[in-house]
Amino acid sequence: MINLPPWRIWTVVIVTILGIIWAFPNTLSEDARNKLPKFLPHSAINLGLDLQGGSHLLFEVDKNAIYKQRIDAVSDDMVGVLRGNVEGSKTKLPALAFSGRGVSPDGLTAKVTMTNPSDVTEAVRRITTLGQPITDANGVSALKDLIVTSNGTTISVNLSPEAMVSMERRAVAQSIEVVRRRIDETGTKEPSITRQGNDRIVVQAPGESDPEKLKSLIGQTAKLTFQMVDESVSMQEAMAGRIPPGSVLLPQPSRPEEPYVLVKSRATLGGENLTDARPNQDQNSGNWVVSFRLDSAGSKIFGRVTTDNVGKRFAIVLDNKVISAPNIQEPIPGGSGQITGNFTLESASELSTLLRAGALPAPLKILEQRSVGAELGQDAVNAGAKAGIIALAFVVVFMLLAYGFTFGGFSIIALGVNVILIFAGMGTFGATLTLPGIAGLVLTLGMAVDANVLIYERMREEYAAGRSVAMALDAGFSRAVMTIIDAHVTSLLAAIILFYFGSGPVRGFAWTLSLGILTSVFTAVLVTQVLIALWYRRTKPTVLPI
Amino acid sequence: MKTSSKWPLIRLVPKQTHFEFVHFARLAASISILLVILSFVSFATGGFRKNPVETFNAAQGNFGQKTSAVFADAFNLGIDFKGGILVEAVAPKAIDIADLRSELHHLPIRDPQVQGFDKPNQVMVRYLADHEDMERTTKIVRDAISQKYPGTTFPPASFVGSKVSGELYQNGIMALVAAISFMLVFIWFRFELQMGVGSVAALLHDVILTLGFMSVTRLEFSLTSIAAILTIIGYSMNDTVVVYDRLRENMRKFKKMPMAQLIDLSTNETLSRTIITGMTTLLALVGLTVIGGTTIQSFTIAMIFGVIIGTYSSIYVAAPFSLLIPRNKIDKPEKIVDDRP
Repeated sequence: MINLPPWRIWTVVIVTILGIIWAFPNTLSEDARNKLPKFLPHSAINLGLDLQGGSHLLFEVDKNAIYKQRIDAVSDDMVGVLRGNVEGSKTKLPALAFSGRGVSPDGLTAKVTMTNPSDVTEAVRRITTLGQPITDANGVSALKDLIVTSNGTTISVNLSPEAMVSMERRAVAQSIEVVRRRIDETGTKEPSITRQGNDRIVVQAPGESDPEKLKSLIGQTAKLTFQMVDESVSMQEAMAGRIPPGSVLLPQPSRPEEPYVLVKSRATLGGENLTDARPNQDQNSGNWVVSFRLDSAGSKIFGRVTTDNVGKRFAIVLDNKVISAPNIQEPIPGGSGQITGNFTLESASELSTLLRAGALPAPLKILEQRSVGAELGQDAVNAGAKAGIIALAFVVVFMLLAYGFTFGGFSIIALGVNVILIFAGMGTFGATLTLPGIAGLVLTLGMAVDANVLIYERMREEYAAGRSVAMALDAGFSRAVMTIIDAHVTSLLAAIILFYFGSGPVRGFAWTLSLGILTSVFTAVLVTQVLIALWYRRTKPTVLPI
Repeated sequence: MKTSSKWPLIRLVPKQTHFEFVHFARLAASISILLVILSFVSFATGGFRKNPVETFNAAQGNFGQKTSAVFADAFNLGIDFKGGILVEAVAPKAIDIADLRSELHHLPIRDPQVQGFDKPNQVMVRYLADHEDMERTTKIVRDAISQKYPGTTFPPASFVGSKVSGELYQNGIMALVAAISFMLVFIWFRFELQMGVGSVAALLHDVILTLGFMSVTRLEFSLTSIAAILTIIGYSMNDTVVVYDRLRENMRKFKKMPMAQLIDLSTNETLSRTIITGMTTLLALVGLTVIGGTTIQSFTIAMIFGVIIGTYSSIYVAAPFSLLIPRNKIDKPEKIVDDRP
């Protein structure tokens, strides 16, 4: 104590100065922060969504939909290989007789039954060739995505577990990309789009944003297809259930006079051929439409189909709902066209955005939606700040009353350094301050003086036991420090567990608490020690003033 | 003894106290056990509002399902753990919550809960629904409120799916279990197994009583409540460790002193610190509760209760447990963790 090593003084001084430099940006506005010289730290504490207002949306990628898509495709492709087609070659293998081709009710297994048991081995070989290489983190692996098994004459095709993992990972990555493009189009400020766990996506948009709009923008798969209308049977017949094979009845919500349209299942053209989409006003009718442009491959197909089918109808389908099903009046060779429908400017803009950003690989299911109004957030910050100042005042007055101006003053200086270090730490580590976090901060203030109390009480005791002032100060420190560390480790353990299991605002709380515990050990032990040692050297007291 | 100065201005505890804490240990233990039992009764009766036997008989299913139905209403669960939809409303004038509650109970929504908010003109309504019904049901609720209070504005609604709320609930339980186990291991490692058991008994005591408090007062039980309980665990441990630390020191100093006397001595020696730290923490928390707004009130009120209980338990639950420690265990030299002067 009396032989205070100089490194301790230096550590305290340097850490305090660094703390002030790092905490300083928090006192400035954003503009002023950006004007700071480059060599100074710029980062301030992030406010959580609950403090600055905003929306939090949690989505889950419907991975089963992707698996089903692949299995459906395999089930279709099986027909070709069993009939003897060889990909990329005109030569044909002998056809194998089969029956009962289909997909299991859960959609995850494709099945086919061979007529001749002797064909099974050859059929398995042919179906196995349908497998596609899996791309994993290291690139394309040697594994194929299908597992083909046979039981008697029945052949089952499943996805391999590795394939499922890889498909899921790709679907989530793609979804994040698409969601980001969609949100960027709307000009939302600083959205954060992150993956959570294996198959979840968190979208956070701070500030005044409409979560409903965000949700409808993200929640739509936006799979656009052009499908020919099947006019071989009348609408009444189709509604009665006589749907020709290869066709499907889809709803058309925008036209009550024709609620359903019978279309061919096979899409003529898909949204992936689109290169641009814009809202537009039709020159003749004045209605809002979405005009689109196709890539060269799409243009060719579109030109050919419209030439061959003049007078017939084709349907524009979005997520299995018909937007409109106009007549083809004349061939459209240029690769651009219009989507009509009951559009307003807003819905035409939304559809354009969705089409430009592309379709999601799989539907997204919403799991959680939370919003805080920006005004409520501001109220929370104000209330928190006021509560913090009052709590600080309470603690300061109490410490002065309990330990006097000298020792009480030391603990208050230590507390001040503590607050500076917490702010500096939170800014530097990019931690997020949430409403529970403010509570954590205030709580830390209350508990931070605990270390001081432990030291002072121990000094009192040692002094009362008859030691000299210097001895009491020394013994008080050395004995209290171990207790302080033991006691703070338990609090830190609780905070770390909270951080690990908690989410959102609770994590913010755990952050603040952990940081506060670490800094309070530093300030209470080192800062107080240095202050008391310096005071002792200057005044050489004969009486312990506590 | 040297002359004492005029400082401090206030002294909460005399310089030396000789309370016979152990003398009251039996009484304290009985009170604690009674409170723990009352907490469980509160869990089963939804805060002393329902007859658990009736709930049990009215419930469908096997014994396990019937039992869980009895405890289903133990807490006033927020949407974090229950799932469902939260609609907030800000009316131009003060809202009569009881009136609105009876109004909303007639609506075709499941299990509506109406609760006041920061200001008298703010209200929040929670109910169970899936996301498909969100648009439809929020409209029903908002229309009903608008009809009573024209000009009401509605911030965006929130939704938590049952999958997420289930996970949050599980994570919360896991966090509590992990926290308590880590504490046991830590105390075992730093002190003695018996002390670890003692501190865990104190922790369970604190957690159960705080949960009981939340159950009786119907404070909203949300993610932040888990944060509050974990902080209480941290705080209570902190207190316990300080007492144990002194106990261990005194055990070495006074090898012949009986355990009960040692506990009294250690508790008295640390009493001043226990009370001062408790006071500063409580002062900070009271500041938060009064000014911090309703959003964190359920957190801070639970914390205040927990700090008081935690202080009590480190004196009366944790310390008496160490009566069970055989003295010789402590005196083994290899067990001495620090050999300070």
